[in-house]
Amino acid sequence: MSKKKNPYILADADKCFPNLDGKGDWRLEAYRKRGGYEGLKEILQTEPAAIIDKLKASSHRGRGGAGFPTGLKWSFMPKPDGIKPNYLVVNSDESEPGTCKDRDILLNDPHTLVEGIIIGCHTLGAKASYVYVRGEYVDEADQLERAIEEAHNFGYLGEDVLGTGKTFNIYVHRGAGAYICGEETALLESLEGKKGQPRLKPPFPAGYGLYGCPTTINNVETVAQVPPILKKGVEWWTQFGRPNNHGTKIFSVSGMVNKPGNYEAPMSIPLKVLIDEYAGGVVGGWDNLLAVIPGGSSTPILSAEQCQDMLMDFDALRGAGTGLGTAAVIVMNKDTDVLKVMTRISKFYKHESCGQCTPCREGVGWVWRMMERLSNGEGTIDELDQLENVTRRIEGHTICAFADGAMWPVQGTLKHFRPLFEQRIKARNKTKVRKGA
Amino acid sequence: MTTAPQPAPMVKVTIDGQTTEMPKGSTIIQAAKKLGIEIPHFCYHERLSVAGNCRMCLVDLEGAPKPVASCAWPVADNMVVNTQSERTQNARKGVMEFLLINHPLDCPICDQGGECDLQDIAVSYGSDRTRFHEAKRAVADKDLGPLVETVMTRCIHCTRCIRFATEIAGVPEMGATGRGENMQVGTYVEQALASELSGNMIDLCPVGALTSKPYEFTARPWELKHTDSIDVMDALGSHIRIDHRDGKVMRVVPRECNEINEEWLSDAGRFSYDGLANNRLTHPMVRKGKKLTATTWQEAFAVIAEAAKGMRKNRIAGVAGNLLCAEDLYAFDHFMKDTLGTDNVDCRTNGLTIDGKVRAAYIMNTPIAELDKVDAVLLVGCNPRLEVPVLNARLRKGVLKRGMKVASIGAPVDLTYPVQTLGESPKLLDDILEGKHPFADVLREATNGVILVGARAVLTRPDSQQILDKAREVAEMYGFVRPDWNGFNVLHQATGRITGLDMGVYPQKDGYHSGGIAEAVKAGKIDLLVLHGESQRPASDFEGAKFTVFIGTHDSPYAQLADVVLPAAAYTEKAGLWANVEGRVQEGHMAVRPPMEAKEDWKIYRALSEVLGSKLPFDNQTQLRALIAKLNKAYAPENIGKVTRADWKHFGMSGSVREEGLSTSVPAYYLSNEIMRASKVMRDCQDLADARAAQTMKKAS
Repeated sequence: MSKKKNPYILADADKCFPNLDGKGDWRLEAYRKRGGYEGLKEILQTEPAAIIDKLKASSHRGRGGAGFPTGLKWSFMPKPDGIKPNYLVVNSDESEPGTCKDRDILLNDPHTLVEGIIIGCHTLGAKASYVYVRGEYVDEADQLERAIEEAHNFGYLGEDVLGTGKTFNIYVHRGAGAYICGEETALLESLEGKKGQPRLKPPFPAGYGLYGCPTTINNVETVAQVPPILKKGVEWWTQFGRPNNHGTKIFSVSGMVNKPGNYEAPMSIPLKVLIDEYAGGVVGGWDNLLAVIPGGSSTPILSAEQCQDMLMDFDALRGAGTGLGTAAVIVMNKDTDVLKVMTRISKFYKHESCGQCTPCREGVGWVWRMMERLSNGEGTIDELDQLENVTRRIEGHTICAFADGAMWPVQGTLKHFRPLFEQRIKARNKTKVRKGA
Repeated sequence: MTTAPQPAPMVKVTIDGQTTEMPKGSTIIQAAKKLGIEIPHFCYHERLSVAGNCRMCLVDLEGAPKPVASCAWPVADNMVVNTQSERTQNARKGVMEFLLINHPLDCPICDQGGECDLQDIAVSYGSDRTRFHEAKRAVADKDLGPLVETVMTRCIHCTRCIRFATEIAGVPEMGATGRGENMQVGTYVEQALASELSGNMIDLCPVGALTSKPYEFTARPWELKHTDSIDVMDALGSHIRIDHRDGKVMRVVPRECNEINEEWLSDAGRFSYDGLANNRLTHPMVRKGKKLTATTWQEAFAVIAEAAKGMRKNRIAGVAGNLLCAEDLYAFDHFMKDTLGTDNVDCRTNGLTIDGKVRAAYIMNTPIAELDKVDAVLLVGCNPRLEVPVLNARLRKGVLKRGMKVASIGAPVDLTYPVQTLGESPKLLDDILEGKHPFADVLREATNGVILVGARAVLTRPDSQQILDKAREVAEMYGFVRPDWNGFNVLHQATGRITGLDMGVYPQKDGYHSGGIAEAVKAGKIDLLVLHGESQRPASDFEGAKFTVFIGTHDSPYAQLADVVLPAAAYTEKAGLWANVEGRVQEGHMAVRPPMEAKEDWKIYRALSEVLGSKLPFDNQTQLRALIAKLNKAYAPENIGKVTRADWKHFGMSGSVREEGLSTSVPAYYLSNEIMRASKVMRDCQDLADARAAQTMKKAS
């Protein structure tokens, strides 16, 4: 039997984050040996428009959850007008349950981000970049600061970078522990020292962002993937994944798998391959699979059936009524009480609502309380319809997408596990009748 | 040179099939308002920044994937909006359900009941039964001081109060703490807001979370009769509505008037009404032995007539108080000058040294609404925050929205916005006149500059004429006085003083001014003293006249000096004309009758003059007003309610000014007049202000 190479296993040379597992050295010297900062000067001498065209051609999509085309986003930035500065803000507030990819990037390969920011600043006409790091990521923020210091010492940051006459600076800002500050406009508010609450849009950050200046906000992984695309070329990038979903992606696989962890894999990898080949398979075997949350806690759940031939990319998951999100794959096997899991997720959202908009402030807590009862069988079958109806009244009626993300998991649970709810409600009511008799 | 701002281009908007043109940059809710289409809302308020958080105003915008918040969404050309679609209706019903699940259904015991936005809108979009079977949220009440009562469980987190405090009042202590359903509105540290405008939060609160503490549980809105009138607690002339029941004032609330008070009212104007019921003089009284004894009007008049008999005219004097209307002041003036024949008459009891000959010298020549065009302000001995709080909010708006520059000559003062304190001495005006001072450049570059001179601090000084002269020169030199603009302003605290100057209530020939009267009384040179209303001077200043008549509303040390006390009407109890800071004459109306035997002041003089044998030449208010209009054209019927531009003439006297600094403190602000002094609520406010001042002193030392 000839051993055919699995096309879904990524060679180290094809990885954007070769040291993601932290087995190598994170330091600048080691990063340079892996090809880092190579050709940076040439890129800094390239016209920003050319870089944006290249990104557009690569069809790179944002890795922070929404999957917005990066090239298009960067093209929205106005040229610096000499009055207001442009800013690049990097969102590293990674707080979505299940997601932990940025954490490993900051810890094990921080220079990928630093280099990405340098190129991003050049492209966007920014001199300063802010990295908003989740407050709990103490070591990670420290590591990034060390990397920034190294980059300064080597002349990649500061004034006159590599003799190009350009100035780039990176400032690390530590969050204070609110999930909502990962929402880009809440992040800006928090960065400005205000209460972290999403802003009304329009105006959009590209026109009126940080301190009222043009601002682009990108996820850590998004920014860090820009240098490899520019250096290795669009063709290299587009060999992975399906059209409009190209490239590589870090998948954070957690839950009931034998080898949970962050794995960089090609886009459009079948879920089964991801779990079996990278994450060591489902605990108890593939047939023991109950459900998977494919993209972080806010994406609707997939039933085991759907998981059989699901491709992990933006469009495939969207077609299945869920989303790739941050590609945080949470695996549940048949030993898991899925209703309990979803109730806990619901509680998380209740805790993290900023409280600004009425439907979210009042509704998310109501939904959690109903989940709490109904997952224990307390309540009536009618209340399941009511629960569904309440989630619809919340979804799409708020300033930001938080409430949507808080409702999708509940809606997904009702879609796939309604019989389980009904079973528990009936069982509980039966005991009640018996006790009453 | 500056060019006039270009008007925004117009765009066509269609809402529910009706089309209108709106300037670019306006919002859907403004377009709807223009079309007369009502969009329910809670957090949106046209004078506050847009929060967009209540989500009640969601509407269906053609082409948008989700309903949009009409308060925040800018109009675009050919936009089509539907406020009646199923999607809109569902959104509204949803938001209403969420608002109500944690809102207590305590409308029967809620002061907001009957005038509650939530109640009203719930009728249209609320359900008649609940689906919420969980425990309701309860929130601890906050202590916001003696004026604002809180029932925070009712709060719907619209953040209007926060935005008002931060944006309009300039006291950033209000805020929201906590997240999600645990979010609470309040002050970070439990303490009353240090604002003279805090009562407006009560009006802004769309529910019963913030209600009026003094008004608490005293009346239901549908029991109240409303009388529109004018506030006289400061000289702004804010439009108010007096709500009364059974002849008693139950509360005072502001009316909207963009030209004067927008829709705000100072706490003094809003909460001093309990002083109208306390300590009132209700019967004429004459001194019998050591005691003032109630009597009839006839007897009281007879006692005065007896005392006045054969009195030497230069041994008669009279002073008039702060709160009097034009009718009162005219009648007083003519009673003193014609009936009693003395020139020892003054309304300037705070020691003001200017007279009423040049009107431009004692009013604000810039209409209040025009302050919205100002780009540079020079304050001279002026504390607008305490002298005219609502006006100060307008100045603050200029600083925040247009980057208006404000500088002050006088003791440093916190006006809630950045003020450059140039120094305390009025000598600085010389530097500015010579163009030496750095702020002179700001004034020179200003398109519309104003100078605000504080009457209290400046016009009571011995060198007031010289300061006034220099202030006028500054205004003229820096182009503040032009055919289309007059930026010279004097700021008074009391409306009665402006009206008094208009009515000529000061010595016309060689009579004593108020300070002279006080000295003459002390020296035993006054045999008959008429005190009309309470004075800025202490009562002891007027002790020693042979015979004293007090005409006023409240029992006080002034009344206790008197041999005869005649009970008069307070501002809510009479119809009258008052001039405000900008010289605008406005008509106040009678809401309730004067208590018991008390009468309107001008009627008292008319009757008394007849008893004294020299009848004043009017028999009713119409005739009296005709006389007043003849005296001052600003009071003519066609000018009532309007700003009449005062002729610009020379005023002031040249000469050097003193080194001595200008004060900006307003001692005992909350006890500025007899109504405020009789108000328990105002006393509580003053105690709080004193405690706060003491604390600041302690911290500083």
